[in-house]
Amino acid sequence: MKIQSAASERHVLNVTVDNEPGILAKITGLFTARGYNIDSLTVADITDDHAVSRITVVTNGPPEVIDQIEAQLERLVPVHGVTDLTTAGPHVERELALIKVCGKGDARVEALRVADIFRASVVDTTTESFVFELTGAPDKIDSFIALMRGLGLVEVGRSGVVGMIRGATGA
Amino acid sequence: MECLVDQDVEFVFGYPGGAVLPIYDELFGEERIRHILVRHEAGAAHAAEGYARATGKPGVVLVTSGPGATNAVTGIADAFMDSIPMVVITGQVPTGLIGTDAFQEADTVGITRHCSKHNYLVKDPADLKATLEEAFRIATTGRPGPVVVDIPKDVQIAVPSENRASKLTAAHRYAPQMAASPEQIIEAVDMLAGAERPIFYTGGGVINSGPQATELLRQLQDITGAPVTSTLMGLGCFSNTHPDWLGMLGMHGTFEANMAMNRADVMICIGARFDDRVTGRLDAFSPDSKKIHIDIDRSSINKNVPVDLGIVGDCATVLGQMIEAWGERKAQDLGEWKARIAGWRARECLSYPEKSKKDPDAIMPQKAVERLYALTHDRSPIITTEVGQHQMWAAQYFGFDKPNKWLTSGGLGTMGYGMPAAIGAQLGHPDALVIDIAGEASIQMNIQELGTASQYRLPIKIFILNNEYMGMVRQWQELTYESRYSNSYSDSLPDFVALAEAYGWKGIRIQDEKDLDAGILRMMEHDGPVIVDCCVAKDANCLPMIPSGAAHTEMLLYGDEVGGTMDDEAKALV
Repeated sequence: MKIQSAASERHVLNVTVDNEPGILAKITGLFTARGYNIDSLTVADITDDHAVSRITVVTNGPPEVIDQIEAQLERLVPVHGVTDLTTAGPHVERELALIKVCGKGDARVEALRVADIFRASVVDTTTESFVFELTGAPDKIDSFIALMRGLGLVEVGRSGVVGMIRGATGA
Repeated sequence: MECLVDQDVEFVFGYPGGAVLPIYDELFGEERIRHILVRHEAGAAHAAEGYARATGKPGVVLVTSGPGATNAVTGIADAFMDSIPMVVITGQVPTGLIGTDAFQEADTVGITRHCSKHNYLVKDPADLKATLEEAFRIATTGRPGPVVVDIPKDVQIAVPSENRASKLTAAHRYAPQMAASPEQIIEAVDMLAGAERPIFYTGGGVINSGPQATELLRQLQDITGAPVTSTLMGLGCFSNTHPDWLGMLGMHGTFEANMAMNRADVMICIGARFDDRVTGRLDAFSPDSKKIHIDIDRSSINKNVPVDLGIVGDCATVLGQMIEAWGERKAQDLGEWKARIAGWRARECLSYPEKSKKDPDAIMPQKAVERLYALTHDRSPIITTEVGQHQMWAAQYFGFDKPNKWLTSGGLGTMGYGMPAAIGAQLGHPDALVIDIAGEASIQMNIQELGTASQYRLPIKIFILNNEYMGMVRQWQELTYESRYSNSYSDSLPDFVALAEAYGWKGIRIQDEKDLDAGILRMMEHDGPVIVDCCVAKDANCLPMIPSGAAHTEMLLYGDEVGGTMDDEAKALV
């Protein structure tokens, strides 16, 4: 017998939670236990008293599964609220990446030139390497990394997506 | 301890051990709270569930760290699935030893994270009181469930400093939505009023919402005239003697309930969750109905079945709103719909063969439950069950007209639930007749609790339908695996009568149908605990039944040819 899978779409969810021990395990565990996907996840506390954290989850699934994910998250006691940026309207998504590139001669010059076009900044350098810092939407970072692959890419670190609704109102 | 007294806790179900000794020392000589010493921590959790289900109050469990906590996990998961309010206090190794693989250390909050409604590890004594208060509030409000509070041994002993207030400010957290918006109520009432073939599909949520919800359900049914079916967990929320009662629905539900669900034009689901045992094959589930779903848990709505109107709210509150909004409306004439239902009823889906083919002298298990009901229902007994064929026969042939009288493990399907649950129920209702309808396999899963009932002089009755098989497994093997009875027989059974006597109980064996009534009466007359070993037909199957992967309209009834094999898709749906 075959196990069928349904068409899925990408959603960015902002989850505000009480910053208490185990909350991250609760949320990631909910995703694994119910078979939902996590494409990326970021978390940091966002209030002066460190009492509230904001978690941004990029997930994918059919619309009814995304709705279930929101409902299941809201059911957890420490969760204050869930905002689906993808359905909430215009929003900004940003991700930070550190990219280490190693090379000499033309490749090194080309890497620096491409970095300039992407407005990546150099945060570390040796005579044969650079570490670039790049901020942008995930696809911008994807294309930068793709270009660097031919120019001596050594390693990549990505923060995962954080997002926010455009305009004057908060989530 | 003061926290527990503040929460009006009467009973604590528990078992001592190293990491809870400080709490047990406080319990010593404590007269306001009665500790019930079980024989195994699983028994403590199920007893607390039984107490909670029978009284509506939260059950409290106290166990030690490590194995104490892990033994209680099945009961916690069971309470989570069936939405039973419960607070489980577990001991933990001292804070300094956490994470060092200390003696009797287990990551209790990690283990219970996804089978509890919420859990805590209390690291600061100053937080203990607020944590326990919040634990009780979370366990009992919204959709009820188990809450675990893990307390390290040093935190149990420490005295919180007066000047350090708890960081927990409980009030802002967790405020479940109770009432529905007026627009939704009007939409629901309009749909209901316009229905030609309405049906109420009710579940355990109606019972969890409290006795008022069952009252209001009966009122709303009265003014609308719509027929009512119920899930396994909802039995008792509507009266089994009412002419519009269709019986239970789902896999072993009645033909009329399932057919009415399938043919309805408006379905009002109240406090039920479209479980796979209820819906059968999803793409054939009630295809032509507009569906209204009332549930306090938003995540239950649209989870398995998309609905036309999802109403988040407490069953009693929303039912009250609907009755008010209905006002002076006149109910539709449902004569034609009722006539069709009468036609399905005429199939008499619960009539079973008088005699077993292979075992013609044996008592039919259905008959045993029918007689048990006939002889006991005047006393409005509380019935608990284990899990399996006997559970379904009890659901089918025992009638319930009041809530909190039917305690069974529905969602998790935990064998071994019934006897400890009966202990909890009996403590909550000392004068009630409490009967665990059991199977000979299930009862052995928590058989050690016989000692608990003896110790506290609890006159519970265990009525074993003994067919020397794990009957439900055997039945599935007949249907799906060409009767290859792989490990589904009960070998080396104890002599249940002798076992009862060994624990100071009364033991009764019934082998002949002519002794059935007398045996049941003797069981009721005895003022202590009794095991009845009722030997029943070994080959009886539990019907009607929706086979795996089939729709509500494809029920197997008594007299249908049963047996054979199934394709892999159907097998995977078990």
